Amino acid sequence: MTIESLQAYNQILVLFIFVLAIFVGIEVISKVPSMLHTPLMSGTNAIHGIILFGGILVLADADTTLTTVLGFVAVVFGSANVFGGFMVTDRMLQMFKKKK
Amino acid sequence: MSSTIALLLIVVSVLFILGIKFLSSPKTARKGNLVAAAGMLLGLIILCNRDGSGVWSHGWTFNYTLIVIGTVIGLIIGAIGAYSVKMTAMPQMVALFNGLGGGAAALVASLEFMRGAHSIEGLTAFIAVAMLFATLIGSLSFSGSIIAYLKLEGKCEKPMTFPGQNILNGLILLVILGLCGYLTVNSGASSATMAFLVLAGLALFFGVAMVMPIGGADMPVVISLLNSFTGLAVAADGFAINNTAMIVAGTLVGSSGTLLTLLMCKAMNRPVSNVLFGAFGSSGGTAAAASGMAGTIKPIQADEVALLLAYAQRVVVVPGYGMAVAQAQHSVRELTEELGKRGVEVQFAIHPVAGRMPGHMNVLLAEANVPYDQLIEMEQINPSMDRVDVCLVIGANDVVNPAAHEDKSSPIYGMPIIDADHCKTCIVMKRSMAAGFAGIENALFYKDNTRMLFGDAKASLNALVAAVKAS
Repeated sequence: MTIESLQAYNQILVLFIFVLAIFVGIEVISKVPSMLHTPLMSGTNAIHGIILFGGILVLADADTTLTTVLGFVAVVFGSANVFGGFMVTDRMLQMFKKKK
Repeated sequence: MSSTIALLLIVVSVLFILGIKFLSSPKTARKGNLVAAAGMLLGLIILCNRDGSGVWSHGWTFNYTLIVIGTVIGLIIGAIGAYSVKMTAMPQMVALFNGLGGGAAALVASLEFMRGAHSIEGLTAFIAVAMLFATLIGSLSFSGSIIAYLKLEGKCEKPMTFPGQNILNGLILLVILGLCGYLTVNSGASSATMAFLVLAGLALFFGVAMVMPIGGADMPVVISLLNSFTGLAVAADGFAINNTAMIVAGTLVGSSGTLLTLLMCKAMNRPVSNVLFGAFGSSGGTAAAASGMAGTIKPIQADEVALLLAYAQRVVVVPGYGMAVAQAQHSVRELTEELGKRGVEVQFAIHPVAGRMPGHMNVLLAEANVPYDQLIEMEQINPSMDRVDVCLVIGANDVVNPAAHEDKSSPIYGMPIIDADHCKTCIVMKRSMAAGFAGIENALFYKDNTRMLFGDAKASLNALVAAVKAS
């Protein structure tokens, strides 16, 4: 395969993953009771904190002052999203316990 | 990329899916959060560059020091936010974290776009579209979340509209789409940077314009929607950076967030379009509902309520946002424990949209150590409401408004409610006669079997606890 066709093949493959993930996302939460809506929203909010990875990659490559500053801000934002998100969700959920 | 890393990426994706799966059942929810966090940690360790080489195995440069510093700053901000926030302010915190994520997604997309556009080989149309989408949606999510945060903090709660807003929004949207088209084709042009900045600015403005007209009561739906937006922006970033974990995680959040948004709207019996654009159609029409309220308001004193409660067989508590505002959840638990000791059967009736977020009441009551098997969802408790002796409505309003059943002209007609009016005696605890968030009168307050206990919910509840103990 040429590089171009390999690239096109790779793009089709990631689109394939994307489409399947849409259905998985809908399927896994279809039976959630309303009492868990807030923790679920908070938990998925933490999961999209994976944008931290993107921030790390662009900051690692940054070579001008502007890109370094913007990349740094992205890392701080992403890090706050992912760590704060998981911690706040855990704090919510540790209170869900049955009467002993 | 070595095949070990590729296999570990599959593990990361599975951990995310299992995490969300576990999060949707009360028994496993906490574990689910930890499973997802473990997936995140593993993903971070095996993080790869675009060319597939490990990020951490490169030579250490100054930028890596910056990465560590930035991550630690974010960690501190996140930890302070997560552990200092009051349980009542939880929705705001989620909105804020979501906004930060959206902002990060937009920044990453912008930098990727610029880098690709200025590289020798240029940007493929596929990546250009993905990056423009992520910039657009990420910026919108960032500014929209901040407005949602402000609204939940009690600033600019009311829907804000002005004449021609629809037309302005439509025009902005057209300009945005035009710019996207231009940038996809001319990503390398010298005017591209300017066009890109205008695009990002308009997207930020559009986020504000989209959320401003929506009332504070609908913020949960908005946050859920913006949450799924951020997820999609992250997935788009994943395409450019070629990170499968980001694509999977972002898409999962995008699709499950969209479903969650629809579930919330369904609980309110309103289509999404009505939540997002409802303020435009209904200007001025709702105030007229005040007329035609039959009956009178009958106030009651705490001592009398205490007697009713102490000698009841079955008591149902209907909590609402007023309970959250008054921080009354601990006093409620004290009261129900006191009643439990006397052999009164106490349950909580939870409306799916009570409070400022679905599940808001559950979180608050859980904080106050109310066992979650005492919390009954609306559909399960409604059929037995006519066998309830006393129904204690604490700071809830619209979710117990019988107009949803009886008054076809009411804006909330058709919304499922808790049938508080079916019980023998209904005690409504309220600060004043002000209307609920929907801004409409509540016929429940005028019913023959309803008594009003005015005052701050926490103070009233403490008086009730003392009176029940004494009786």
